[in-house]
Amino acid sequence: MSQSHRIDGGQIDRSRTFRFRFDGVGYNGHPGDTLASALLANGVRLMGRSFKYHRPRGPMTAGSEEPNALVELRTGARQEPNTRATVAELFDGMRAQSQNRWPSLRFDALSVNDRLNTFFTAGFYYKTFMWPAAFWEKVYEPIIRRAAGLGSLSAKHDPDVYDKGFLHCDLLVIGAGPAGLMATLTAGRAGLRVILADEDFRMGGRLNAETFTIGDQSGAGWAEATVAELASLPNVRLMPRTTVIGAFDHGVYGAVERVADHLPEPAPGQPRQILWRIYAGRTVLAGGATERPIAFPDNDRPGILLAGALRAYANRWGVAVGKRVAVFTNNDDGWRTAHDLAAKGIEVVAVIDPREDGPEAGSLRAIRGGEVVATKGRLGLTEITVRSGKGRLETLRVEALGVSGGWNPNVNITSHHRSRPVWDEDIAAFVPGAGGPPGLMAAGAAAGRLSTHGALASGQAAALEVAEALGKQATADTLPQAEDAPVNIRPLWQVAKEGRAWIDQQNDVTVKDVKLAHQENFTSVEHLKRYTTLGMATDQGKTGNVLGLAIMAELTGRSIPETGTTIYRPPYTPVAMGALAGRSRGREFKPFRLTPSHKWATEQGAVFVEVGMWLRAQWFPRPGETHWRQSVDREVLQTRKSVGICDVTTLGKIDIQGTDAGAFLNRVYANTFATLPVGKCRYGLMLREDGIVYDDGTTARMGENEYVMTTTTANAVGVFRHLEYCRQCLWPDMDVQIISTTEAWAQFSVAGPNARNLLEKIVDQDISDAAFPYMGAGNVTVCGGLRARLFRISFSGELAYEIAVPTRYGDALIRRLVAEGKEFDAVVYGTEALGVMRVEKGHVAGNELNGQTTALNMGLGKMVSKKKDSIGMVLSQREGMVTEDGLRLVGVKPVKPDGKLEAGSHFLPIGARPVLANDGGWLTSKVYSPHLGCDIALGYLKGGTDKIGQRMRAVNLLTGLDTEVEIVSPHFFDPEGERLRG
Amino acid sequence: MLIPHPILGPRDAQEFVYLGDAALIDRPDGMTAGVEEFHDYLYQRDNPAGVHRELWYHEQGDRSWLVVTRDTVTHEILGAELARDVARARGRSK
Amino acid sequence: MAEHGLKPLCALGEAAPKAVTIGPVTITERADVALASLAPRRGREDEVRAKAAGIGLPLPGPAAAQAGAPLGAVWLTPEIWLVEAPFDSHEDILGHLKPVFGDAASITEQTDAWVRLDVTGRDLPRLFERLCNVDLAEVPDGFATRTVIEHLGVTLIRRSAGEVTLYGPRSSAGSLLHALEVAAVSAF
Repeated sequence: MSQSHRIDGGQIDRSRTFRFRFDGVGYNGHPGDTLASALLANGVRLMGRSFKYHRPRGPMTAGSEEPNALVELRTGARQEPNTRATVAELFDGMRAQSQNRWPSLRFDALSVNDRLNTFFTAGFYYKTFMWPAAFWEKVYEPIIRRAAGLGSLSAKHDPDVYDKGFLHCDLLVIGAGPAGLMATLTAGRAGLRVILADEDFRMGGRLNAETFTIGDQSGAGWAEATVAELASLPNVRLMPRTTVIGAFDHGVYGAVERVADHLPEPAPGQPRQILWRIYAGRTVLAGGATERPIAFPDNDRPGILLAGALRAYANRWGVAVGKRVAVFTNNDDGWRTAHDLAAKGIEVVAVIDPREDGPEAGSLRAIRGGEVVATKGRLGLTEITVRSGKGRLETLRVEALGVSGGWNPNVNITSHHRSRPVWDEDIAAFVPGAGGPPGLMAAGAAAGRLSTHGALASGQAAALEVAEALGKQATADTLPQAEDAPVNIRPLWQVAKEGRAWIDQQNDVTVKDVKLAHQENFTSVEHLKRYTTLGMATDQGKTGNVLGLAIMAELTGRSIPETGTTIYRPPYTPVAMGALAGRSRGREFKPFRLTPSHKWATEQGAVFVEVGMWLRAQWFPRPGETHWRQSVDREVLQTRKSVGICDVTTLGKIDIQGTDAGAFLNRVYANTFATLPVGKCRYGLMLREDGIVYDDGTTARMGENEYVMTTTTANAVGVFRHLEYCRQCLWPDMDVQIISTTEAWAQFSVAGPNARNLLEKIVDQDISDAAFPYMGAGNVTVCGGLRARLFRISFSGELAYEIAVPTRYGDALIRRLVAEGKEFDAVVYGTEALGVMRVEKGHVAGNELNGQTTALNMGLGKMVSKKKDSIGMVLSQREGMVTEDGLRLVGVKPVKPDGKLEAGSHFLPIGARPVLANDGGWLTSKVYSPHLGCDIALGYLKGGTDKIGQRMRAVNLLTGLDTEVEIVSPHFFDPEGERLRG
Repeated sequence: MLIPHPILGPRDAQEFVYLGDAALIDRPDGMTAGVEEFHDYLYQRDNPAGVHRELWYHEQGDRSWLVVTRDTVTHEILGAELARDVARARGRSK
Repeated sequence: MAEHGLKPLCALGEAAPKAVTIGPVTITERADVALASLAPRRGREDEVRAKAAGIGLPLPGPAAAQAGAPLGAVWLTPEIWLVEAPFDSHEDILGHLKPVFGDAASITEQTDAWVRLDVTGRDLPRLFERLCNVDLAEVPDGFATRTVIEHLGVTLIRRSAGEVTLYGPRSSAGSLLHALEVAAVSAF
């Protein structure tokens, strides 16, 4: 199709043509185009439907503030909804679809909402869908979501990758317009490390959209030359396509770089976007300004644009949005549009200026004191009706109308720390207020310096100030000549006329809605926003906010400063969820930790389970085993019958040394450690200061002042942090040194009646019961000389040891253990069998140490020594935590041998109703015990010790379980502990 | 947020784990203090809108516990000290 | 080779150390370094410094590492150095250090607690800016810090502009290498 509206000039590469499709229709464009500029060049003004009324809409702006021209970009898994056509950089083969319309953009069935607009006023949802409550989730919300909405998701996995990164600089400059470029140039020449970030793909800001000159160059030419010089400075990093999304504390800024959004798809391994965290010594915000509209009836038709956007399309992209245009402006800047378009040969029908004293019109027709009072054109503007100062109505046939209500400095980022912008009467706009992010200053239009000279001067001044603050010498070079026109504006917010006049086009907020909010007393700006949705959604009110609050000010009779403004928060523009996630998705959500036997276990076909970051073997299926229980039962039975091997490396290991190490352990464990002899280990119970059990494990005394503590896998990091807290904050003079050795040693449990027989083939020293008794610990060597540690401890209730070697030998050791174990039919078991055996033995683990339970609950109350101070000792004695009828650890068996149990079930007396008043506690852990041939469980039961032998019910209302159980001792297996001392 | 580590200079708060009020340093002696005193120590905390001294642990760093003085309203950080030095200055030893 | 005949595995799971080259950067696993933590006992810092000097062991200040022959050291915390030694001669690193320091220091074997990856090549800041918040271009040679790379706590040492040493948790060696690889593909 021909580019019917393409005119001369602009910064596009006409030597190359891109083909693209919008709603299935093919068009041509050029490198340098945005989707919006290319569509406009092809005479396409209609690009979307509005959120609520489904009104036909075209672009209103030429930048990231766009409220209307939102499209679904790309297809398939890369489809992205709510993409602003005004900033989507065109590439060859681009596919875009309009959204929020059915069946087509030109004919949208839900545009019936527009006819029903009297119902869909502010607060409509609040008032209408209130009753019955259950209807909200099931009926109203699905309907509303379908009808009122933006684009749709592909619901497929995003095939692209996103990176995160970290940058450091002396000075971050946000925005590469005249102020930002001059600031960067000044600081860059002075040798500061500068990052210049701009959301556009072409640096230069408004200079690219204007016909101003700077010195003897065009503005765009000056920008290009300046960018080229900056690119040659090694201390300056230019980041186009990079939006600074927020100012965080202490000079940390977030920025999204769109690395590959201008390509059909990223190169292999290339990220689509990068979320940068920028550490900036100082920051200059040179984010420019955003033009605001005027509210007049039907001011939302395709073809009605902001005046600055209209000339941007002509000047930067060589596009005439319409061949006959008019301009409606309350300020002198709007006249630039008329002059620029006329100079390009576009027919400018009239400039409508509500002021009587606007600038000289020259050859243009001025309608002074005039206002636009009506527009026509169902799918695009065809005519406007103008009321002159004398009250005469006149209809003008136009294809486009440029509207300027003045310019709002882009103060957004200055208010990210809750600084409130202040009203500047001279330019009739909010400018940055006090209390912005420390180290940040605004320059150029963002600071209210709206002329080109003002931008250059304030950019330079800001950089000089930064250089001085950082102790660097910067020179104030003579600024090039540039326009310095004053801001001449007479605020006009709305045209007083019946009809719907839009304030916030994205959310379909009209003057009528603001009036309704006022009528219903939602007059504060914060209420106005929430009641009408003014300023919400993807554009966050960049064009509509000030207009809305100014109209509220008029209604209430207050001034704009009295009315105030809502403030902005990050992000400046929408951020893809993928960019926030970075690499942390799917299998890469977090790193994995692999055990030393991982390679061997993989060879055996082990099934793995994630335990925190660890991948642990859960069970080892053998040929013919079709159900996990077969594998687990076999592993348990074989361990108890002969010997089993299990990788227990994941348990936290902490080396504790120093002359006060024993005293320190006495403080951090509830039970006594000072009396532990060298060469022995002991079970330790660690409390929190509030008296609740925190962690447990065995700690061995390896030498006079050397201990090895083990922690649970889950708490390894937390316990280490806690120990550091105790030694640094509580007892700073104790001579204790600690370091983690979890990863340094590969540790295997060898358990079962043949454990010693197997280990005697491995360990070089005498490990007979006499030489290495129960709870013994020491340094040994294995396999003829490899240094190792041996601990005679048992989690399974069997005769058991844990043997540790340097991690690099872990793989070799398990292979050796398996080989040497063949004569005993040794089995390797996983975490499931480990769990079964510990429940059979009545040992507590994570399910019992759940952060709510005390030593007394676990039946370990006697372990808490009151003869010494230890963390949690005092508060574990609190009333309520020591009641006789409190929760106690019990064992549970189903009355019927084939009865099923479930962890999480609650104890209820037989015949009692399942209500809280009858709740007796809950089942914590449940396993099938192959030893007993039935389900067994541990649980906490109120007054449980006295209920051993009684019958109760285990009830789970979620799954429907209600079964009779017998309360038994938690020690299902070898209650006297004869086996482990064997 | 950046925390001015007394040894390592400014470090990103992401590297730290936050614990809470630095008054936790003033732990009573369990052999002489009773439940009431421990209860107050553990639960009765000030929560000022303004200057607050708090414990941060440089877990992804040099493992120092720090006492950071921070304005909870502005997030301005007024200083950071090694918690061990603070503890000693408050009379703690072994 | 010791007489026990147990064959060691490198942290990345193979018998031999891995090396990967992506663009201008080469990542090399090192299994030939023995490590131990050295922490002076309270009040005995001067004694430890003297004994260290006696065996040529440097004890660098905060945020620094110093290579040496045969012993080097990395400052880990205000109280702990990580001592580096050649594995072949110092596999039993405690056997070498404990007799020197006696009860003046707490010494713990750390050899297999870490995976060591040496990253060499040009333009390393471009790689590391995708990985961690260390300002690699600005810090001096010999700078050492703990940092976070894809959720993993890692000790990073800038040996020179073209060489960085990483000590990461050994059990996550594969995840750490993967993070480096994808970042290198992305950055170069």
